[in-house]
Amino acid sequence: MTAVTSRLSAVPLTGWIGMALIAINLFLFAFGPMLAPYGQEEIVGVPFDAPQPGHPLGFDQNGRDMLSRVLYGAQTSIGISLAAVCLSFAIGVPLGILAALRGGWLDLVLSRLVDTVMSIPVLISALVVLQALGSSLPVLIVTIACLDSTRVFRLARLVAQGINVMDYAEVARLRGEGLAWMIRREILPNVLPPLVAEFGMRFCFTFLFVAGLSFLGLGVQPPFADWGGMVRDNQQGILYGLYAPLFPAAAIALVTIGVNLTVDWMLSGRTTVQGDNR
Amino acid sequence: MSDKILRIRNLRVSTDSGTELLHGVSLDLEQGEILGLIGESGAGKSTIGLAAMGYGRGGCRITGGEVLLAGRDLADCSRQDREAVRGARIAYVAQSAAAAFNPAHRLEKQIIEAPLYHGLMTETEARAWMVELFTALGLPEPESFGRRFPHQVSGGQLQRAMVAMAMACKPDILVLDEPTTALDVTTQIEVLRLLRDTIRKYGRSALYITHDLAVIAQVADRLVVLRHGQEIETGPTQQILTAPREEYTRRLVSERQASLSAPAGAAHKTGRELLRLNRVDATYGKVPVISEIELSVKQGETVAIVGESGSGKSTLARVVAGLLPPSQGAVMFDGAALPPSYRKRGKDLLRRIQLIYQLPDVALNPRQTVGETIGRPLTRFQGLTGRANRAEVLRLLEQIGLPAEMADRLPDALSGGQKQRVCIARALAAKPDLIICDEVTSALDPLVAEDILRLLRRLQDELGITYLFITHDLSVVKRLADRTVVMQKGRIVEEAETDRLFEAPGQIYTRKLLASVPQLDPGWLDQVLTAP
Amino acid sequence: MLTLIAKRAVLGVFTLWLVSVLVFAGTEILPGDVAGAILGQSATPESLARLRAELGLDVPALQRYVEWLTGFLQGDMGRSMASGQPVAGLLWPRFWNTMSLAAYAGVIAVPLAVGLGIMAAALRGGIFDRVSNVAALAFVSLPEYFLGLLLVLWLSVKTGWLPSLADTYEGMGMAAWFRATTLPMLVLVMVTTAQILRMTRTTVLGVMDQPYVETAYLKGLRNGRVVLRHATPNAAAPIVNVVSFNIAYLITGVVLVEAVFNYNGLGRFMVDAVSRRDLPLVQAAAMIFGAVYVFLNMVADIAAIALNPRLRHPRGKEA
Repeated sequence: MTAVTSRLSAVPLTGWIGMALIAINLFLFAFGPMLAPYGQEEIVGVPFDAPQPGHPLGFDQNGRDMLSRVLYGAQTSIGISLAAVCLSFAIGVPLGILAALRGGWLDLVLSRLVDTVMSIPVLISALVVLQALGSSLPVLIVTIACLDSTRVFRLARLVAQGINVMDYAEVARLRGEGLAWMIRREILPNVLPPLVAEFGMRFCFTFLFVAGLSFLGLGVQPPFADWGGMVRDNQQGILYGLYAPLFPAAAIALVTIGVNLTVDWMLSGRTTVQGDNR
Repeated sequence: MSDKILRIRNLRVSTDSGTELLHGVSLDLEQGEILGLIGESGAGKSTIGLAAMGYGRGGCRITGGEVLLAGRDLADCSRQDREAVRGARIAYVAQSAAAAFNPAHRLEKQIIEAPLYHGLMTETEARAWMVELFTALGLPEPESFGRRFPHQVSGGQLQRAMVAMAMACKPDILVLDEPTTALDVTTQIEVLRLLRDTIRKYGRSALYITHDLAVIAQVADRLVVLRHGQEIETGPTQQILTAPREEYTRRLVSERQASLSAPAGAAHKTGRELLRLNRVDATYGKVPVISEIELSVKQGETVAIVGESGSGKSTLARVVAGLLPPSQGAVMFDGAALPPSYRKRGKDLLRRIQLIYQLPDVALNPRQTVGETIGRPLTRFQGLTGRANRAEVLRLLEQIGLPAEMADRLPDALSGGQKQRVCIARALAAKPDLIICDEVTSALDPLVAEDILRLLRRLQDELGITYLFITHDLSVVKRLADRTVVMQKGRIVEEAETDRLFEAPGQIYTRKLLASVPQLDPGWLDQVLTAP
Repeated sequence: MLTLIAKRAVLGVFTLWLVSVLVFAGTEILPGDVAGAILGQSATPESLARLRAELGLDVPALQRYVEWLTGFLQGDMGRSMASGQPVAGLLWPRFWNTMSLAAYAGVIAVPLAVGLGIMAAALRGGIFDRVSNVAALAFVSLPEYFLGLLLVLWLSVKTGWLPSLADTYEGMGMAAWFRATTLPMLVLVMVTTAQILRMTRTTVLGVMDQPYVETAYLKGLRNGRVVLRHATPNAAAPIVNVVSFNIAYLITGVVLVEAVFNYNGLGRFMVDAVSRRDLPLVQAAAMIFGAVYVFLNMVADIAAIALNPRLRHPRGKEA
């Protein structure tokens, strides 16, 4: 217990802010639409009208309540990214560990394939696939998950390789343990910590990526409200000095800042440096 | 008083998280003296050495006491003042010169850096002094040696170059932190002599830090024995070695002279051949590592394979374990041919040959408790589960001398010696016929290593296990092995009963190897070097 | 060392070929029906077949790939489906637009970020380090269009200092060009600087853990000298890697920035082509982006080889 409390007291302010932002966003993800005062398609005012009582964030380009739209958008934006990241880990982690344990041609083929996919910028690959298949929610999620799983694969393979050459893994092999035991008991428990941090970073990346695609008009398609698309729809407002597009953009920024602050705190303190007390 | 060049008073050092590592240590270093700091890991010897320079390594800081050097208290002065002394008046020689030299710069650039930086010499003077030091340290082509990069010279040469770097400013004091520990025994002896002679020749003082009593006996005038961040006793080297006052010191000294009495397990020796290697060759890729190995191990005996790094002794262990299939030749086990790869070996064969590693830290899965670690081979090889498994785990823990509550701990909560015991218990759980011990005591402190050796010996007496003992440490061999095989560059040089080998080595290399093992007698180094 | 570099170059060419296979496979073999997509609702079986023949889609994929690749290597990128114009003529001016913008941002961001990153590492734990770390983290987290819109709001709409749209045209003067592209440049600089700063700091601190850094401190050297002379040279190769990674980012991340400022670059061009599902345009643009990316990675690896003292001064040879 004391270990837990002393660790908690060691969390810096930035770490707390990060975790608070994540908590708020998870809450919005779960309950956002229930909290929204108006429907996401409901036209309740004048286009681009300024914030006013009852409509703290004003109205969008069609005269819909901005706050309600942002609350609805939480589910789409966060949901798609979460689904894509979970899927990419479900693909990348097992394959990465398998490649590390098995080695040989399987490792060679997978690694070469991953290297090639990674030698094309993700955005470009995504555009190529969206060009061929058109944009829909499943296509979006699967495409991003597959592209992203290359990075997860690489990390999982690297970490698993590091564990696999440890003496304790060798002991298990010399005991004749099967693949299932090796993965479940020897490798997975030890690769988990770095993968958790990676999950945060990949989520951040994916989240920005989905929002970016939507901003380009190639991501989430109407009628779903999502933050990236809302920025795009309201972008013109900025030229008239209106804040409308900034609200969804700020919502995006708060999610990524939250995750980044948390991951940054989790990863800090791992490095030691010479000469601090000289 | 003026001849006391360094005075440390009541020195306290703590980590940033508040753990105190040194609990008030005091010592004096006199002009021209070599003072030995000896102790096991965690004793705080390196911490003292660095604190003498006003430096705290990796989150440690001086929290109390005085470090008086050159009229300043380094524990309590400005950073600028400390930096002015550091390198110039007191300099440091690290254990691993390979890591301590910057790979991006030539040796000479790094060696003359400090005198130029501190404004003590002109570049010409600094270079001339460097060449003089290279000559004194017996480095090849002293005029051009400095043009090389660190990766272009051998380990022994680099360690000597490190001494030259420390001496570059002609400091009053050298702090030598295990300067020969990373070297092979035959290299160590040469470096040791040059080190000592160079320090004496230029009349420097030194703090010599080591865990090896025999090494320090050769160089130090006085010794400080440390344990758990406290001074145990201080005295002239001769007195500490011959008449130690404290119990701990006595154990340290006697450990070096101990032998484990009569050969063990006589009752179990049947004379039956358990393991046989017939003209075995093995390669890594295309590089041959061992060749034409002929070896026979009888049941219940201990055969030691000794050699320096690169001799192929560990490769031999991996071939027997099935981790590296031989490129030629055959391995026989209990009368039958052993499949070359462990993958092709049946469960029972896997059970009968067990391996214990050098580094218990990485030999135990950090996410499995001791009970899980020991219990798994019980499940696999003996089908024990549930209560029966637990009971057997506890019995094994008792057998290796660990309390039962350890069963629920993770390896993190164990000391190095305890971890190695768990590794032994894991091997025992398989009820093996042959245990391959690969440098099992090399990473442990002398007294802990001694306990592990005794344990292995006792288990052999009780269970009649056969040991294939891989080591570079001849003092271990002498205490444990029935027969000893000496390897050099991948080949067996000599093989004999251990007693015979030590009394009358047949080969020049064996003789050199035996002669290189440091002895407690302070006159040993001079004797070896003057001997024909 | 030269053999290593040559090997890496060959690998680069090989990767480029694999990229071409993936791009082709991605655009043509994925189960989307290009002809159907173009004709949409008005498709009849006859018109579909006619269009397929027109587009050459009735030929086996392998043959189409070979034709496409040979054409590409000779500079013939095919014709746009929408306008019928040669792709090459549409693509290259936009490519140079994108490159100019990226270069404008890179020239400012790279030295600034590497310098600040090394400084943050040297002053680790201090005020500068903490502030720069939090600021960089924020900039990394912010979407480009958020920064872009904020800048438009403040530097254009509210103050009128700079144009809100990055309109460039053939033959415009240097001053006008800089004025038009400064806002998108600023966004790119902010994001890449933050990224490079953080990664440079991490890289240098990673080296600061090495025993030879302790050796340098124990020589009595002051902090700045230790960081610059002893840590940074060993961090050079990874820093080059970081920089190349971020220049590669600049060139693709520019897509979003181009969209914000309506800049006539390759990124926006490609996005438009994707929305119109104009296959030859997408293929060509993807290949160009891929080639730049592969090239940058190759340069980084070669630089890392060239910076390694062990490879530059092999063992056994006197220096």
